Amino acid sequence: MRAVITVIGKDMVGILAKVSVKCAENNINVLEVTQSILQDMFAMIMMVDISKASVPFTDFAENLEKMGKEMNLSIHAMHEDIFNAMHTI
Amino acid sequence: MLNARDILETITMIQDENLDVRTITMGISLLDCCHSDSDTMCQKVYDKITRYAKNLVATGEQIEKELGIPIINKRISVTPAAMILASADDKDAVKLAKTLDKAAKTCGVNFLGGFSALVHKGFGPGDKELIEAIPEALASTDFLCSSVNIGSTKTGINMDAVGLMGKVVRKAAELTADKGCIGPAKLVVFCNAPEDNPFMAGAFHGAGEPDCVINVGVSGPGVVRAALAKASDTMDLTKVADLIKKTAFKITRMGQLVAAEASERLGVPFGIVDLSLAPTPAVGDSVAHILEEMGLEVCGCHGTTAALALLNDAVKKGGVMASSHVGGLSGAFIPVTEDAGMIDAARCGALTINKLEAMTAVCSVGLDMINIPGDTPADVIAAIIADEAAIGMVNSKTTAVRVIPAVGKKVGEELDFGGLLGGGPVMPLSTYSPSKFIARGGRIPAPMQSLKN
Repeated sequence: MRAVITVIGKDMVGILAKVSVKCAENNINVLEVTQSILQDMFAMIMMVDISKASVPFTDFAENLEKMGKEMNLSIHAMHEDIFNAMHTI
Repeated sequence: MLNARDILETITMIQDENLDVRTITMGISLLDCCHSDSDTMCQKVYDKITRYAKNLVATGEQIEKELGIPIINKRISVTPAAMILASADDKDAVKLAKTLDKAAKTCGVNFLGGFSALVHKGFGPGDKELIEAIPEALASTDFLCSSVNIGSTKTGINMDAVGLMGKVVRKAAELTADKGCIGPAKLVVFCNAPEDNPFMAGAFHGAGEPDCVINVGVSGPGVVRAALAKASDTMDLTKVADLIKKTAFKITRMGQLVAAEASERLGVPFGIVDLSLAPTPAVGDSVAHILEEMGLEVCGCHGTTAALALLNDAVKKGGVMASSHVGGLSGAFIPVTEDAGMIDAARCGALTINKLEAMTAVCSVGLDMINIPGDTPADVIAAIIADEAAIGMVNSKTTAVRVIPAVGKKVGEELDFGGLLGGGPVMPLSTYSPSKFIARGGRIPAPMQSLKN
């Protein structure tokens, strides 16, 4: 089972580190990362493996979103299925 | 492999463009709850609904969190209540209404549809009792929705029922005058009613449906508008239709995914996905704004019917491949008080009831959520219903009337319901009388189109 984490907001030091630490803490393996910076806006997309996660995925997603709010970033963790459904035939 | 652009597109649709699944509706058959003693019948109804739908809301919320898609409403539709009311000796429709409302509250859903009667050819046992009880039933319940099918392409229009419904709509408004005339906002009069529609207030679980089924209604007017806004102003209409099709495909795929998940987790067969663009009063969630994005100065001006026809057709074409079963109403809704753009257009006088009537010939439903003057006579309301039913009957499509007589209010004054039902100005009607025509009663024969065999 895979999920997609997206982080959007103003660039600052340590975004990737903080999100990766959260993943590691919950035994979630990061499979792939792409990031880009357009002007000052930071957009990162992480593909992660949640099959061995130590917490329920919904709790993990809520925690990330909360952490995002504290850092003034928009962070979402969503199941891969939704993107596959919408963008592949 | 997913690419970054696709992922960000989905996030933007959900975060900024109000993409959501509008409703997961569980259809439950009550045919096995029939009993000659109405107390026993009501107990069976309550037990069955609360047993089947006990996990509906929790499962919906779970899917919402896991997939990251908002699922706005969880609802229930049941067998047209008149069918089971027929079995009870006392035909106490209000008692049944209160039971259904109580079951809805226990399950935690926000609407339960199916306080309905199908009388397109005539009144069967229980039908008249139920229809006459509708005003009181709606006034004494919170979450109950009612609908009556008074015509179809196959049978023609039951004008006795049309006349009766004019009176019922008026009385429903009068009995709820102290609650903002909310009664008729929960009452739909149909021609060619679909039996698997997940959207309220017209949802009911048809007699040909299985014991229990999951139907999903998608939404997303904001997404379609945003896609058009990003495209060039000079894009020709063939390309506009293509763009809408592609967007509708994505929206529907999401609905299909949610429907499949819900059906599996609840252990209930998947029925249909209803591909509808359902507006809400929220800014950025308006069907009128899509039409305006296509190039109309304001919804209701000349060209609106053509733009709506294009939109309605493109939504279906895009959505139909994205889902294994498409049903319900499927198309674009035009409920005036529930659509920010329609409300503005009605306030400035650009959108009139005549234009709306023309629009209903090419959209998926009919005259929906329209505030009319409080002193409108019952036979005028009946005539509005007859006109709409005629459009549906001749064009082999669903049409419906949900008008709200704003008791004590005149043209131009505002009537607000709040929440998803919105609010808007009282719109003017023709003041000439159709009363002799309505008083004739009888049946308008089915048109030639009905003879397809």
